[in-house]
Amino acid sequence: MLRDLDFRLANGGFYFLTGPSGAGKTSLLKLLYLAQRPTRGRIRLFGEELTDAPRNSLPQFRRRIGVVFQDFRLVRHLSAFDNVALPLRISGASDEQVEGPVREMLAWVGLADRASARPPTLSGGEQQRVAIARAVINRPDLLVADEPTGNVDAAMAQRLMHLFSALNRQGTTVVVATHDVGLISATPGAKLIRLEGGSIADPTGTLRNPPRPVRSDA
Amino acid sequence: MFDWLFASPSEARLLGEARLRGPTAWVVAIMSFSIMIIAAAGLALTNTAGTLSQAIESRYSVEVPAGGNVAAVLSAIRSAPGASDVQAIPEAEMRRTLERWLGSAAQSGELPVPALVNFDLKAGADLVDIRGRVRTASPDAKITTHREAVGPLLRSLRLLQWVALGLVLLLSAAASAAVVLAARGALDTHRFTIEVMHGIGATDLQITRLFQRKIAIDAFVGSLAGAAAAALVLLMLSAGAAFAGELTGGATLSGLDFLFLALLPLALTVLATLVARTAVLAALGKAL
Repeated sequence: MLRDLDFRLANGGFYFLTGPSGAGKTSLLKLLYLAQRPTRGRIRLFGEELTDAPRNSLPQFRRRIGVVFQDFRLVRHLSAFDNVALPLRISGASDEQVEGPVREMLAWVGLADRASARPPTLSGGEQQRVAIARAVINRPDLLVADEPTGNVDAAMAQRLMHLFSALNRQGTTVVVATHDVGLISATPGAKLIRLEGGSIADPTGTLRNPPRPVRSDA
Repeated sequence: MFDWLFASPSEARLLGEARLRGPTAWVVAIMSFSIMIIAAAGLALTNTAGTLSQAIESRYSVEVPAGGNVAAVLSAIRSAPGASDVQAIPEAEMRRTLERWLGSAAQSGELPVPALVNFDLKAGADLVDIRGRVRTASPDAKITTHREAVGPLLRSLRLLQWVALGLVLLLSAAASAAVVLAARGALDTHRFTIEVMHGIGATDLQITRLFQRKIAIDAFVGSLAGAAAAALVLLMLSAGAAFAGELTGGATLSGLDFLFLALLPLALTVLATLVARTAVLAALGKAL
C-alpha cells in the first residue's frame, strides 16, 4: 500500500525507483502507467488530471507511455516481431510502416535473427529484450521499466541503459525500478526515488548525481 | 461501416489462429436450421390459413337430402339477388371424394349421398331470403356457411402461426445467449492479450473489433451451414407440401417467402454480431 506520496517527475528526467521488496515500487509504477487508479490522492500526467479521467480517455495517454514489465508480459502466440510491432499497430500504423522500425529495433537489441520466434522459445534475457523493444518502439514520452535488466548479462544491461539514456536525451522521461546499484551509479544525471513501507524515504540522501533543473511537469 | 470485417493478417494473428471453428459456429448452425424449418412451416401455415379464409369467407353450401329436388334448389338460389357461382356437385363426384375415406363402400347404392349445391354470396346479400327460397324448393335442405364449418381449423392454424413465431424468437434468443457465452469464453481465453493491449493503449473498440469479427465469421458460417441443411430438408418435403397445397390450396411457399427464408441466416448473423459486440464492450468496460 502506498501512502503520503507527493512527488513530481520533471519532463525529460531520468529516475531510478528503488527500495526493498514490498516497498511499493510495482504499485507506484502501476499508478504511473495507468494500470490502477489511486484510492485517494491525485495523479497528474502529461499536464492532465487523470485521477478520475473517464476510462475511454486513458488509451491516448497510455500510448505515450512505454512499459517494461517485470514478467515481460509478451503475448505468447505472437512472434517477437509481432510483439514489438503491437504498440505501432495499436497506434494505427500499417504493416508496411511497421516493418522497418521493428526490424531495426530487433536488430538493436540483438534479436534480428529471432524475429519470428515466439516467446516460449526465447530465453529469459531474450524475452526481456523483446519487452524492452516493445516498450520503446513508439518513442514514448514516459518510459516505465520494472527491473528491466534483471535477466540480461552485464554487457546487454549496459547496452539497454544506453538505449534508455538515448531516449531520455530525446526528451523521454524515464523511470526505472531496480535493485541494481551498479546500474544507478553508471547513469549520470539520474535521480533516485527510494520507497520504503509505501512512502518515499530519504529522497535525496542516496543521490549520487545531482538532479537537473525541473523544466515542467511530466 | 464494415471495415472491422476485413482484418489484416497481423490483426487476425492477435487472437491466435484456430485450427477448427469453435462451438459458436455449430450452435448457430443448429439454431439456423431449426429457425428455417419452423419459419418455413409458419409461412406455409399462414398461406394455408389465408387461402382457406379467403375461399370460405363468402362460400355457402346447401345440403339436399337424397330424393330432394336439386334442380328447384339450384333455380331458387340462382334467382336470388347477390348469389353467384352456383354449382351443384354431381353425386358421382361426391362419391369419388368419399372414396378417400370409405374406399369402395362409397360407391355402394346403399350409402345415401346427399346432393350438394355450393354458392357465393356478395356482401350485403339477404341470406334469410335465400334460406326461405331454398326451404320452399326443398323443405329438408340445409344451408351451412363454410366459415362456421372450417372456423376451428382456421383458429388452430392461426394459433400454430403464433407458436411458430414464438419458437423462432425463442431460438433466436437461445442463439444470442450462446453467442454471449462464447464471447465471454473468448474473453477469458484471451484475457492476458487483452490486458497487454489495454496497457499499450488499445481502445475497447479496437479490441472489440477482433472478437466481433471472429464471432461474426463463426455465426455466418454456422448460419449458412444450418440454412443449407434446412433447404435440403425443405426440398425433400416439397413433394408432400405440393400435395398438401392441392388439398388446401395454399400450403406452399411463395417467392417472397423464399426470399424471407433466405434472409434469415443473414439476420441471425447480424443478431449474433450485435450481441457479441455488446457483450464484449460490456465486459471490457469493467476493466480500467
